[in-house]
Amino acid sequence: MSTNPEPAVPRRALLRGAAAAGVLAATGPLTGCALGGGGGGRDSAHGEKSAANPLGVDPAAPLEVVIFNGGLGEEYARNHEVMFQQRHPRAHIRHSATQEIAKTLQPRFVGGDPPDVVNNAGANQIDFNSLVAQGALADLGPLLDAPSLDDPAARVRDTLLPGAVESGTFDGRVLALNYAYTAYGVWYSGRLFADRGWAYPRTWDDMIALCRRIKAAGIAPWAYQGKHPRYLSWPILASAAKLAGPEVLVAIDNLEPNAWKHEAVTAAAEAYRQLVVDRYLLPGSEGMDHVQAQTEWCRGRAAFVSCGSWLENEQRAVTPADFRMTLAPTPSLTTGDRLPFQAVRGTAAESFIVPAKAHNVAGGLEYLRVMLSKAGAADFTRRTSSLTCVRDGAAGVPLTPGLASVTRVLAASGAHTFNFRYGQFYRRLERDLIDAACGEFFAGRLDTAGFTSRCQRAADEIARDDSVKKYRR
Amino acid sequence: MRHGKRLFVATFLLPPLAVYGVFVLSPYAQAVQISTTDWGGLSPDYSYVGLDNFLRLARDPYLWNALGHNAVLLLVLPVVTIALGLLFASMLTVGGRRRAAGVQPVRGAAAYRLVYFFPQVLSVAVIGVLWKEMYAPNTGLINGALRAVGLDALTRPWLGDPDVAFWCVLAVLVWSNVGFYVVLFSAAMHAIPRDIYEAALLDGAGRASTLRRITVPLLWDTVQVAWVYLAILALDGFAVVQIVTGGGPGFSSDVIGLRLYSTAFGEARFGYASAIGVAMLFLTLSVAVLALRLTRRERVEF
Repeated sequence: MSTNPEPAVPRRALLRGAAAAGVLAATGPLTGCALGGGGGGRDSAHGEKSAANPLGVDPAAPLEVVIFNGGLGEEYARNHEVMFQQRHPRAHIRHSATQEIAKTLQPRFVGGDPPDVVNNAGANQIDFNSLVAQGALADLGPLLDAPSLDDPAARVRDTLLPGAVESGTFDGRVLALNYAYTAYGVWYSGRLFADRGWAYPRTWDDMIALCRRIKAAGIAPWAYQGKHPRYLSWPILASAAKLAGPEVLVAIDNLEPNAWKHEAVTAAAEAYRQLVVDRYLLPGSEGMDHVQAQTEWCRGRAAFVSCGSWLENEQRAVTPADFRMTLAPTPSLTTGDRLPFQAVRGTAAESFIVPAKAHNVAGGLEYLRVMLSKAGAADFTRRTSSLTCVRDGAAGVPLTPGLASVTRVLAASGAHTFNFRYGQFYRRLERDLIDAACGEFFAGRLDTAGFTSRCQRAADEIARDDSVKKYRR
Repeated sequence: MRHGKRLFVATFLLPPLAVYGVFVLSPYAQAVQISTTDWGGLSPDYSYVGLDNFLRLARDPYLWNALGHNAVLLLVLPVVTIALGLLFASMLTVGGRRRAAGVQPVRGAAAYRLVYFFPQVLSVAVIGVLWKEMYAPNTGLINGALRAVGLDALTRPWLGDPDVAFWCVLAVLVWSNVGFYVVLFSAAMHAIPRDIYEAALLDGAGRASTLRRITVPLLWDTVQVAWVYLAILALDGFAVVQIVTGGGPGFSSDVIGLRLYSTAFGEARFGYASAIGVAMLFLTLSVAVLALRLTRRERVEF
């Protein structure tokens, strides 16, 4: 229980809200209404640092947590809050969940009154590039260097999976904790393949041969999320990285000239174009959104679909029993690929951030430390069927079929796991521009050369735009 | 006494004017101010950049692409909606021709009126989601109906085809607005003396010439208002586009409202987004003035 005299809505916030509503605009000058109240803002709460409280949390300071209520729900967060409360019984915790992170929180960032922990995710998340460029995020370094909850001898950063820290690093500073570990690849129904005697192909030639058999059996080989065709850019980029090494992806992330025209990207796009030419894509896919396309796949109208490991949770309601959702790496393009067949794209995603202007930054960091404990991670996996970025975080949790296959794939990929981050750096580049190029390509209106040059034009456009902050890997 | 009357009037006028000032005029003024800054919208820091945002706007190909779609909407939406509205309204008030005894509506007019008005009671969000599913390639009602009557050749992935997606959105906009104008025009037609129609009927005027020579001229004021409303709506269209196509595929159904929205909430560039908003404000005002000017006519007294 809270013994803290701080009201749920501080006076300052109330006045700011009144100002933002423009009550003062009619009478006073127009200064700083929507634009926020300038600097100021009280210091973030902090308490004595000790071995038991390495981050210096003020035991009585309230903590506010805002969760994106999407594919993962919000229940897992309530449990993390209970765990936090056990450590700091005097702290009053405010929990809220929304699908509209940007619209809900944008005014509060401006007003200098953001929550202490934000799960910045979903289609309506706040643009990361802008958050970083506008200095709105607290550095998570102190959290990563703090001792972990499970083993005081180990730092938090040493308990995480490879790449977890890197995926939240911008300009050398860790500004986001990407909590859910996501693997990307090609999905199929284990039961369908067992019934038909099909085996997942390890090379692209075998993939095309199998597609021919699948089509002859009256099933569309591939469904794709036609309204978000960027889903199919993921296997193209993965295949390119496996063919010529992950440096191809680094060049793309760094917006280097002609990165999209690299021969490996061209070869990968040319391979996937075969699906268009031979009509191996589920007819009508280009008019379906992700839910419609994935549902067709769940109903057995198509054999393969490209997606990340949130797929199982997203499709839970429509997946038949005994579907045995299985993830596989993209097939190797050649026998001489730089990376083995087992290599997949794996990265931490689902960002949690602590705003720089939060009233309880130390509490926010402490909350993340609770999330990164073994108990916090195991509970998250149990509730959401998603892995976390905590090493061995799913130990002892019974795994659903899809999650079990994700775990196997990631273990097999090991040190060959790769990633690209351009969509995280430049949201518009992936979500709008590359997306549009993929749409034209997979509808058969662009050939391979046309596709890669259109992607390159899009990347060049972002590279030239001086209003967009640039990052390098 | 006179003073007291002034005070009396002022007492009643001030609160609504104050509310209007606070909730309408002040945000407009602030938007103009913000449009001259590089404010990102996530921190209180900003600096003035003069007219940079407007120069960027003039060079932004995505904006011009969206504006082009709004221009098509501006030309097509009011014409189609008003034409259909007038047609249905006159059928429902004076279109009946059974037994040729006097002026009467077509059979079942009450039921039609009800059905036409249905879309009006749905929220825009519901309409958007509904039509998104209607257009779905395999599970959608439209392709399903075409297949059922053996017109498989006409089925297509409606929202996935950049040549068609925009027209699909236009159809939704027409469908969702026609009902309101049917009711509006019907109400206005009830105010027209029936003997005018009876006289036309006796003179042997058909439905088409009655509509063209009597209904439209006498309803001109209402038509004019409808035109301005629809023109303003055509410059918006944001909600339906965002839900049904999201501006896709590949910006082929993008509209200026969606540009503004994604610039502000997607890319967190509130300065630039406000500049788009200010441009939209002047555009809408000019279109409204133009629509009123171009449709000005002699009023017919009756």
